[in-house]
Amino acid sequence: MSAATVARPAPFAVNWWARLGYLLAVVYCVYAVSILDISWDRLLAGLDNGARFLGAMFPPEFKRWKLLIDNLLESMQIALISSLFGVLISLPVGLCASRNLMPDWLTWPARAFIAVCRSFHPVIFAILFVKAVGFGPLAGILTLIFASIGFVAKLFAEAIEEISLKPVEAARAAGAPFLSVLTFAVLPQVLNRFIGFSTYQVDSNLRNSTMIGIVGAGGIGGTLAAAFQRFDYSFVCAILLAIIALIMVSEYVAVRVKGVFQ
Amino acid sequence: MSAARIWQRFTPAERMARFVVFLVAGILIAWSLRTVEIIPEFLMDAPEQVADLFKRMWPVDFAYYERGVHAVLVETLHIATVGTILTLGIAIPVGIMAASNVCRVPVLNWLATFILVSSRSVNTLVWALLFVAVFGPGTLAGTVTIAVRSIGFVGKLFGEALEESASGPIEALRAAGAPWISVFLKGYWPQVSPAFWGIALFRWDINVRESSVIGLVGAGGIGMALDEALNLFHWDRVALILVCIFAVVVIAEVFVTHIRKRII
Repeated sequence: MSAATVARPAPFAVNWWARLGYLLAVVYCVYAVSILDISWDRLLAGLDNGARFLGAMFPPEFKRWKLLIDNLLESMQIALISSLFGVLISLPVGLCASRNLMPDWLTWPARAFIAVCRSFHPVIFAILFVKAVGFGPLAGILTLIFASIGFVAKLFAEAIEEISLKPVEAARAAGAPFLSVLTFAVLPQVLNRFIGFSTYQVDSNLRNSTMIGIVGAGGIGGTLAAAFQRFDYSFVCAILLAIIALIMVSEYVAVRVKGVFQ
Repeated sequence: MSAARIWQRFTPAERMARFVVFLVAGILIAWSLRTVEIIPEFLMDAPEQVADLFKRMWPVDFAYYERGVHAVLVETLHIATVGTILTLGIAIPVGIMAASNVCRVPVLNWLATFILVSSRSVNTLVWALLFVAVFGPGTLAGTVTIAVRSIGFVGKLFGEALEESASGPIEALRAAGAPWISVFLKGYWPQVSPAFWGIALFRWDINVRESSVIGLVGAGGIGMALDEALNLFHWDRVALILVCIFAVVVIAEVFVTHIRKRII
């Protein structure tokens, strides 16, 4: 019987590399926390502060609901207009960036443009546009147009790169001009996904449009930042609740719209 | 006879729904374009202003990097990384609570969904404002901001990955009498760990971007240097900081894409 013991690998072998990785992560955290001057005292003081802060936030104050609604509507306008133009610009840019349909000399500039749009956070664009076109919703619209191009054009280009080339070949073989190839062989394959990206982007623009006001680009963010600076925390709470409600509604609408186009 | 039959791709109800969507979208956009307050003079003036902006940004003040940018750049990366690690610690339990096949208590599912939705609904910059008010300006506020904001993203995707995992190994472990923790570690975890690390890396990439701007409201990192340069109209330094952010973001993205390919 004892001869039957066969050396077999443990069923759940210990992965020493993974353990080393976890250990390194812990060591790194300790090191980074010591560098970032994060201390326990400060955390505790902050928690104390936070409790007082929450106390000041509740109950939320909706007395200035007119201002709140006006600003929310402005945020919505910024989001809608920037989505429209962003998506319209993304169509040709995304098409130019797709490597299976376009020559290299066209895809590279388009890809570089998309990369620049994607790399900078919308807030940074917002700052630059506030300097360029002054305070107000116009700066916000321009900002979100660029943010939309970075996202929609990239995904659109990827969607085009994944299409089946057979209809394209068929259309070309039948002598279709380039525009017809696009409308009858390429577009039907990617339209659904494009609508998906667009609805997602409307949603994302709505979220961002509530934030870019903090640097002066219009919408509810400006009111929020002002309320913070006046320590008017009950109004801050009202604004935050309104933003969350708006975003939940928009998520619901986005799901329904996607359902219609499925 | 049958030649008269007309083929249609969608039912009338579907066509109606599509029409309504387009109509509502059109009305909303028309309303927005008509009522949004844009001052045309500002729009006309924009090209001149942009040209002026670039003129002031050139030449980029690279000499300032050593003195004023390097330290905050490293700080930004630390905020992003520590914030992401902190998120992973919180998002795993929340993700487990959110996955209805792992956690069968509806109350906990609801609680987890609430945490995830509120984390995602409030923008990073707004979270940063809140935490600067709580913890005071500095890196602590930034790290907590990044962590809290990321819970929603990581927890949601991790919960979805858990819900999609195959039930075979789990049933086998349960049948063998394994305790809950073993079922999780040996049944669920091996199935979801590639997805989990992919999500974590992806979020780290996003966090590098976000931690570079939260400094604008005082939450530490390179954003503080950017804010200072902007307020002092040092446009050549602004240009340098933007170049640095761009470089770091691109490097982070290349790094993440490379590792993701090896994991998945």
